[in-house]
Amino acid sequence: MGRLFDFMLPEAKSPTADSTDALFHFINEVSFILLLGITIAIIFFAIKYRRKSDDDVTPVIKHNNALEITWSVIPLILSLIVFAWGYSGYLNLKSVPDDAYEIKVNAFKWGWNFEYSNGAISPAELHVPAGRPIKLVMQSRDIIHSFFVPEYRIKQDVLPNRYTYVWFSANEPGESHIFCAEYCGTDHSGMLAKVIAHEPDDFDTWLTTSNTGASDDPVEHGKSLLTLNGCQSCHSVDGSKGIGPTLKGIWGHDVTLSNGSTVTVDENYIRESILDPQAKIVKGFELVPMTSFMGILDDKEIDSIIEYIKTLK
Amino acid sequence: MANHSSAQTTLHEHHFVDTDHQFDAAKLGMWVFIVNEILFFGGLFCAYIIFRAWYPDLFQQAAYQLNAVLGGINTLVLIASSFTVAMAIRSAQTDNQKGLRNHLLFTIILAFVFLIIKAFEYNHKFELGLFPGAYYNPAPEVLEHLNHPKANIFFSIYYMLTGVHAIHILIGIGLLISLYIRAGRGRFSSKFYNPVEIVGLYWHLVDLIWIFLFPLLYLIE
Amino acid sequence: MTTAEATKVKSLKVQRFQPSDNPTKNFLTEEKGVWAWMTTVDHKKIGIMYLVAVTFFFAIGGFLAVLLRTKLLSGSSISFIDANQYNQLFTLHGAIMVFFVLVPSIPAALGNFILPLQLGAKDVAFPKLNLGSFYIYVIGAIFTFIAIAANGLDTGWTFYTPYSSESGTSVLLVTFGVFILGFSSILTGTNFITTIHKLRAPGMTWGKMPLNVWALYATSIIQVLATPVLAITLVLLMMERVLGIGIFDSALGGDPVLFQHFFWFYSHPAVYIMIVPAFGIMSEVITTFSRKTIFGYWAIALSSLAIAFVGFLVWGHHMFTSGQSPIATTVFSFLTFLVGIPTGMKILNWLATLYKGSIKLDTPMLYALSFLFIFSIGGFTGITLGALSVDIHVHDTYYVVAHFHYVMMGGTLIALLAGLHYWWPKITGKMYNETLGKIGSALIFIGFNVTFLPQFVMGSQGMPRRYYNYIDQFAPFHIASTIGSYILSVGFLLILYYLLHSLWKGKRAPANPWGSRALEWQTTSPPPLHNFEHSPVVINEPYDYHRPMEEFQLGIALDQGEDSDHTEKEKV
Repeated sequence: MGRLFDFMLPEAKSPTADSTDALFHFINEVSFILLLGITIAIIFFAIKYRRKSDDDVTPVIKHNNALEITWSVIPLILSLIVFAWGYSGYLNLKSVPDDAYEIKVNAFKWGWNFEYSNGAISPAELHVPAGRPIKLVMQSRDIIHSFFVPEYRIKQDVLPNRYTYVWFSANEPGESHIFCAEYCGTDHSGMLAKVIAHEPDDFDTWLTTSNTGASDDPVEHGKSLLTLNGCQSCHSVDGSKGIGPTLKGIWGHDVTLSNGSTVTVDENYIRESILDPQAKIVKGFELVPMTSFMGILDDKEIDSIIEYIKTLK
Repeated sequence: MANHSSAQTTLHEHHFVDTDHQFDAAKLGMWVFIVNEILFFGGLFCAYIIFRAWYPDLFQQAAYQLNAVLGGINTLVLIASSFTVAMAIRSAQTDNQKGLRNHLLFTIILAFVFLIIKAFEYNHKFELGLFPGAYYNPAPEVLEHLNHPKANIFFSIYYMLTGVHAIHILIGIGLLISLYIRAGRGRFSSKFYNPVEIVGLYWHLVDLIWIFLFPLLYLIE
Repeated sequence: MTTAEATKVKSLKVQRFQPSDNPTKNFLTEEKGVWAWMTTVDHKKIGIMYLVAVTFFFAIGGFLAVLLRTKLLSGSSISFIDANQYNQLFTLHGAIMVFFVLVPSIPAALGNFILPLQLGAKDVAFPKLNLGSFYIYVIGAIFTFIAIAANGLDTGWTFYTPYSSESGTSVLLVTFGVFILGFSSILTGTNFITTIHKLRAPGMTWGKMPLNVWALYATSIIQVLATPVLAITLVLLMMERVLGIGIFDSALGGDPVLFQHFFWFYSHPAVYIMIVPAFGIMSEVITTFSRKTIFGYWAIALSSLAIAFVGFLVWGHHMFTSGQSPIATTVFSFLTFLVGIPTGMKILNWLATLYKGSIKLDTPMLYALSFLFIFSIGGFTGITLGALSVDIHVHDTYYVVAHFHYVMMGGTLIALLAGLHYWWPKITGKMYNETLGKIGSALIFIGFNVTFLPQFVMGSQGMPRRYYNYIDQFAPFHIASTIGSYILSVGFLLILYYLLHSLWKGKRAPANPWGSRALEWQTTSPPPLHNFEHSPVVINEPYDYHRPMEEFQLGIALDQGEDSDHTEKEKV
């Protein structure tokens, strides 16, 4: 339906969005009327009571209790309505339905991974079945991020030390943007992803055929680990300069460190750089510190990554 | 210039009517500053309360590592110093120059005693590897009584609270020494003892904060 | 007579007094020279030094803002600064504008100059401390500049952990700079509270204090109560980086959300440190230029205090999406609405003051009326942000950016401009060019709304804040916003030009160019070294506009025993 401030909101794609939008419109419309009143009063007074002579004498109107009570109580009532309305919408956003489908969200600098019950992991794309409540169990690997989907009217900070939750339901199949809303450093604005809502049957098909991240070939495994862990948001594999040093062509070569010494890139150096990134920083890359992957990548995975880096010549 | 009282006396500044006026203003200013100090420590106490509410067992175990006897002696030392500073004010009010100097000197000595005892306590903690936060590296004998994953945070809070308090003691010593020097030159009298009283207020505040710190950190059973 | 009750002096003989329009001596002509300025304890000179410093920082912060907006003309095709530089620029823009401009702007610059004059005092209670506050502010600024020169800062002005615990930029130096700055704010607040309690002129009862003084009083209370919490938070953050204490660092067992609680416990009241003094200026300007007694004196005076106190209980509304408990979130939302009510009352009281006034649209009044419009929008969008479910959607988007610019810039800064134009003749003794003043106010009004109205729309459309790059659908809003920022810059440059011009070429200002009834206008322009030739005795209400000017005159006390060589200036 056409409302005065429709142009301000993106399309609403979740059932919980309706209450949010209705309240948003209510506040805007009431505010607009009040603002119009204030503006007209200012202009009207400024013209009607403009100074006619320097000797103008003005009446003494110090207060008017009835008026002051009116304009305290009416806004108070309006505010309480808005509070109650917002509260009920908020409760709705916080009460996850029991039959919600659960997906794990892993946030990191600067990307998102989505992990499904069968072990499938999809980077940067959140696939969901339409028409079914989805509960996201979210955790950050490094610092605070925030999961924001404007079209579902949801937002929740993702913390490094505990799980946070958010739920939504896609009305129908389609795509929506996911943004990171909590400032998280260099590529904060590139920390985007998409929600892709499928018909329920299509979703099941997608889920069974999707990549679970495991592979027998260590090089392939290493390559997919780099994608899943967001390594490439800093370390390019094509030689271009990024936030961190490129991985192309470093194997076996010497690199200069920030303290002036040099080190040869071998298994031990790569392993150390993954587990204790601050130990030896390549010169020129001191500004943005890398997160340690201690406890995130195991020895076998690190071996796979080393195998993959060896192939990047 | 129609300056009320410029010719009468030089003890008060030009924008006050008289010395009493200036005393009142200075005292009020000091009280406002004390409120601000309480909020400053209030932030730390909040961190204490929150972490204690989250990990009550941690605080019980960790308090065992603190030396309640030394803490108790320090409490007595500070209470005594509050008494001597109060006596110093009294001496100034009664024009007892010798008493003023002596009481200020006692207070300074007691403050140093406090810091020395504190230094022994810190040193003992350092020997056991009880450093704050990231540098926490407890010795084996500590682990018998204190084996908690958040133990480093307790010591962070402990060092912050006692450390910030110790800095206040140091500032207080500086103020007391300057008073002592001025008292030696006979600057204070029953007509002008305002600075002594204001530093006294500050000193009582520092004592009071310790009196809260001591049971909160040392005496948890 | 009211004079007797408020003084301890036995009795005061009171005479009417008319200040000279052509004073031979004033505070600018006495104690001249750089050294005299640097060591002055005169609140007026200190106020002017703050004003110069604040203007300097505002110019830097504004320049950074223009750079940011120019970058945002396009998402990906403009890259004269890279993402890391962009992050540093918005951080410095925020930090400079909040800590170095908005917080000290009205209280420390204008307040320092005006407060003792409005109280009829010779100075603030602790003049040396006042000078000390200024130098503490300068030292804090120097630390910040060293930090910028060293490694910059990229944490956002909010210093959120754990990002700020691990960032490779100069977090330590900047937090130390801001920590030092905090003491400047605390000491100014302490000074003002004491001044207001102890240095009111005879006859200046609490009910006769100008509303600007009430506003500064409320502000000072917040400064004294909130700033120490920021100080300790910053100490903890510094220790986090130096000693790794980890209270806020999840990697060491601490809790990053706790930092947000600590930070906003200061920074929300800090919003009121910035805006409440603006309310004070509004009350002065609106009454003067509508020649009318303020409507609802006590409502305005006490609502400032109410805002000051309730403002301490709403910090959690910055954290609705942070993962704090839903119960806390609900309570904070509820209290947020309560703090909105006294603010709304003020707007309507000022509006009612206009009713049946004698309104003259001089430059300060134009700013005051812009304030009413812009600040109302800031207030209404605050309601949107306080509503729980809606806030979930718009939190951390450009909607919030637009909202706080409407409040902080549209509120505080426009009020500062109103106050600056209003008191300019008193401060400098010169009149600025009124026509240019009006053009300037129009440019600011238009530029401001063109810059920030589109940000509401793109924010609620989903554009997150602090983004270096953006998807194409937001481009039109960004372009409009950037154009607005250019108009704003032109406006500010124009204001700077004609104000500086007036210093050399401006007409001499009479003692009371606006026909105000306030105490500061009853002395010469600029005031003498000790503010009043004679100690004033307050016999009038602060806004006695119903009496014609010739009937309205200030009282001064005749000292017993004072001889008659001053009486020639006094008309009875």
